[in-house]
Order: sequence, then structure tokens, then C-alpha cells
Amino acid sequence: MLLEVRGLSKSFGGVAANVDISFVVEQGEILGLIGPNGAGKTSLFNSISGEVTPDAGEILLDGRRISGLGPVACAEAGIARTFQVVRSFDSMTVLENVMVGAFARHRTSRAAMAAAGDVLEFCGLAPRAGRPAWSLSPPEKRRLEVARALATQPRLLLLDEMLTGLTPTEAQSGVQLIRDVRARGVTVIMVEHVMEVVLPLVGRAVVLNLGRVLTIGRPEEIVKNPEVIRAYLGDRYVAH
Amino acid sequence: MENGILARRRRELITGAVVLAALAVLPLPIADVYTRNLIIITLLFAGLAQAWNILGGYCGQISLGHALYFGAGAYVATLLFVNAGFPPLIGMFVGGAVGGLLALLVGWPCFRLSGHYYAIATVVVGEIGYLLFLNWDYVGGATGVYVPFKGDSWLALQFKTQKLPYHYVTLAFAAAAWFAAWLIEGSRWGFAWRAVRDDVVAARSLGVRVFASKMAAAAISGFFTGLGGAIFAQYVGYIDPESVLGGQFSILIALPAVLGGVGTLWGPVVGAAVLMPVSELSRSYLGGSGRGFDLMLYGALIVVVALARPQGLVSLLGRRRERARAA
Ligand SMILES: Nc1ncnc2c1ncn2[C@@H]1O[C@H](COP(=O)(O)OP(=O)(O)O)[C@@H](O)[C@H]1O
Ligand SMILES: [Mg+2]
Repeated sequence: MLLEVRGLSKSFGGVAANVDISFVVEQGEILGLIGPNGAGKTSLFNSISGEVTPDAGEILLDGRRISGLGPVACAEAGIARTFQVVRSFDSMTVLENVMVGAFARHRTSRAAMAAAGDVLEFCGLAPRAGRPAWSLSPPEKRRLEVARALATQPRLLLLDEMLTGLTPTEAQSGVQLIRDVRARGVTVIMVEHVMEVVLPLVGRAVVLNLGRVLTIGRPEEIVKNPEVIRAYLGDRYVAH
Repeated sequence: MENGILARRRRELITGAVVLAALAVLPLPIADVYTRNLIIITLLFAGLAQAWNILGGYCGQISLGHALYFGAGAYVATLLFVNAGFPPLIGMFVGGAVGGLLALLVGWPCFRLSGHYYAIATVVVGEIGYLLFLNWDYVGGATGVYVPFKGDSWLALQFKTQKLPYHYVTLAFAAAAWFAAWLIEGSRWGFAWRAVRDDVVAARSLGVRVFASKMAAAAISGFFTGLGGAIFAQYVGYIDPESVLGGQFSILIALPAVLGGVGTLWGPVVGAAVLMPVSELSRSYLGGSGRGFDLMLYGALIVVVALARPQGLVSLLGRRRERARAA
């Protein structure tokens, strides 16, 4: 067990984004985190990555409490993330963006540059290394987010809607990238609301609705769960 | 690909060395005192704007209170000399250190503020510094401090008639600030600072210590600004709160960087090279009422540059090619 979330709650001025959420993540798995818009997926990522402090509950990485320590400590502990709305460093080149991540593990520019170059190669962005980040296409920007996160050498990678809005071909190559990341030994939690994309990729999924865990299970269990169908897929599916 | 960055950095260092060499011989054929003085002021502001650029450009923390660090450096070095006979050649580093410390002191509460609130806070802090010195009798109050002339000396940084020594003092100052920026650009700190400027949330998610980054940038920026203040004080031989701590001075320090291009190595240099001669010319051509016209002219220049080229004048020199290639 790599990560454990215990009874986590977080509200923003009366809006309960996460309510009493508990689940575990096993070393080496790809865990899906799904749920309709506003279910609280991004908020949960914000807590796990240290960007916000939960109101209640705790988050343990390898049995060590990381909740409330802040994003820097979480990054050092081995948690990296991408953002639903991409946040590239637009005054920098693609290589320089990834070097910022690499500096989390390397002191010298030379070492950070070499490490960043390797990650770009791995993510298929090597031909773009010298380009300014702002000039990338949207799918390339998503890849850049993954590359930058991987450069911090994480043990756990949080992907927030990395495949949303991509064409089927682009999404397919994104899926391949996620598989390659896992093959490197990095545990992945991926948020996605397009179920067809997530379910073939993940071993298990946590379904959130209105800030709460609706169910946790294997993809084939989840698609059959009537509560999930109602809450997530909508009445359209129930009516069929 | 990887060699791209290293090659660019080597190219910039070589360009820097060539420009340094050219500036070292530039005054030799110029006998005219007025022109030599103009070059000295330009070099001083190239260094000051670079100091401002280290915090405002690379780290994205827009300070409108840098006159405080400039004035502190000027006063500390001058008072050490006048009251204790401490040689300004060494005293200017004490002035720089005080400038750096003050920048840290201002940063401690103010860097917790986000975005424009930091800029506003620095205006207020700068004004407080001005008022403090204005009403502080020990440092001369509104009358200011005269630096007594004690004979030509490098240790005292005093030269009765020659302008040439100060050409080299200010050139060394501008070159040191430029070289510091060059070092920062290629270092772990420089990457962290630019990440903080571009996107704080993404930066800290990658393990960048945001507050520490801002503090480090402020300390270095304040140090060079204080150093410049000490040099200025010795050069003109007289300081008062109006001339070294006034709010307009904070604008003057930032302007060349904004005009030339923030967050770039050459922006402050190019900005100073354009701005200082223009402001001198406008002052002599338009006579006594120059001051107000100056500021209007600066304002107009900034608006024109900001509208045409948000990246400043240096972008005219090469960025456009890069952009065209990237698009
Ligand atoms: N920083 C915040 N301030 C205020 N409300 C927030 C904040 N973050 C999330 N919320 C609210 O929490 C709820 C869950 O949002 P979010 O976690 O973004 O959902 P999801 O990612 O599943 O679409 C929403 O109602 C959202 O408006
Ligand atoms: Mg979301």
C-alpha cells in the first residue's frame, strides 16, 4: 500500500468539496478517480498534492502522514501532479519547463538538463525541446505537464483529466504514455470523466459523487453498479 | 537540443565580454566631460536596472520601492566615510549588504501578498523610508550630507576633475550585475525564480520553495541596488532624501528594465542606453521645466513599448525571429 486516504473532508466556504473520503492505493497500480463534474476530484488531488490542507482526516504516503505539509514537502516525498487546466511556464522552452521539475532531484544544471532530456525522450517530446512552451499544441501541452511531473521522479503521479478534449488518436497515444509510466514503476491515479477511456486502463476505480465516495471497485463491477449508472452516467442509461 | 541552452549561454557570455571590452575603450577618444558624464550615468542605471530586473524580471516581483535600498546604500557608505573615515571602496559593500538586508525585511511580510499587492506595498515602504530620513537629524534630515573632498584616491573613490575612474567604477558595477544575472539564468535558482514568476502553483507542485526564492532574489537585487547607491553618492558628492530616496527614483530604477525587456539579460542594458541619453537630451533641450516633462516622456515611452512589444526593446533584436520559427 503506497497511499492511504482516511476520512478526508474539505469544504470551501460552505461548499463541501470532499466528505469523509477513504481509500487506499496499491504500489504499482493505475487507480481511476471518476465522477461527474463538481464531484470533488480535483479538490481531492489538491489535498493529496499538498496544495490545500484538508479540514479533517489524513493522508499517508508509505505510512507517513503528508496531509497539511504543503506542496513542496509532498513533491519531495514523491507525489507529482498535472493540472486539469494546463499550467506551463510560458516564458521558458519545453526543456526548461522540464528542468524545473528535474531540479527537485538534481543540484546542477548539467544534471537537471540531462535528466530532463531523458524524460522528454520518454514522453515523445524530444523534438520539441527547444520550442517555447506556449507554442505547443494542446495535446503536447498535456504531455509537457506529464514530463515536468515525471522529472521530479515521483512514486505517485496524479493525472487530472489528461485525456479530456483529445481526439481519439491523441487519447490513444496518451493512454500508451500512461501505460509506459506505470511500467517505469510509477503508481498512477487518474481523474477522467470519460469512462470509456479510463476503465480499460485501470485496475480499480474510485467513484465520487457530490464529494462522497459512491463506490470503489473493478471496472466491470462499476459499470454494473446501478448507483453509478444513475449518478454518473445519468438517467439516459437507466432508461434504456 | 541540450546543447542549445549551453550554446546560447556561451554566446551570451562572449557577447558580454565583447560589449565590456568596447565600453572599456569607449571613453578614451571622448574628451567632452558632458558626454563622459552621460555614459557614466547610463552605466550606473544599466547596473541598477539589472539589479531591479533580478527581482522584478526573473522572479516577477514588481518593486516600486527600490529607492529605499538605493538610498540606504548611499547613506550607509557616505555616513561611514564622513563620520568614521571608513573608505567608500569597502563601505559600498556595507551599503550593498544593508540594501540586501532591507529588501529581506520588506520581503518578509510583503512576499506573502500576491501580485499587485506586493507592488503597492513597496510604494508604501519606499515612502516611509523617505519620510524617515527626511525627519532624522542624525543623517542630516532634509539638508542631506555633503561628502568632503579629501584628495584623489581610489580607496575614497574621489577624483577631483577626472571622469575616467568613475567610468570604470560604474562599468564594473554594471558588468557585475549583468554577470550575476547571467549566473542566475543558468542556475537552479534562476529556473525556480522564473517558474515562480510564470506560475506559482505549478512551481510549488514541482518542489520549488516560493517564499525562499523571492527572498533570495530580493536579497541579491537589494544588494546591487545598495551598491549602486553608494557609488552614486560618492560620484555626486552630495545626497539628500529627495535625490536618493524619492519615489520617482524607484520609477527611474525600474524604467530601463521595463523599456528594454524584463527578465532578459540585455533588456536593462539596452533600456538604459536608450533612456538615459533621451532623458538628458530632453532636459537640456527643454530647459528648467525638464523634470515634469521627463516623467511624461517616460510614461509615453513605456506605453508605446508596452503596446508595440510587451517584451521590450530587446525583443526587436531577435525574439521575433524565434517566434516566427516557433509559430
Ligand atoms: N478553491 C475553491 N474555492 C471554492 N470552491 C471550490 C474550490 N475548489 C473546489 N471548489 C468547489 O468544490 C466542488 C468540487 O470541485 P472539483 O474538485 O473541482 O470537482 P471536479 O474536479 O470533480 O470537477 C465544486 O463545487 C467547486 O466549485
Ligand atoms: Mg476537476
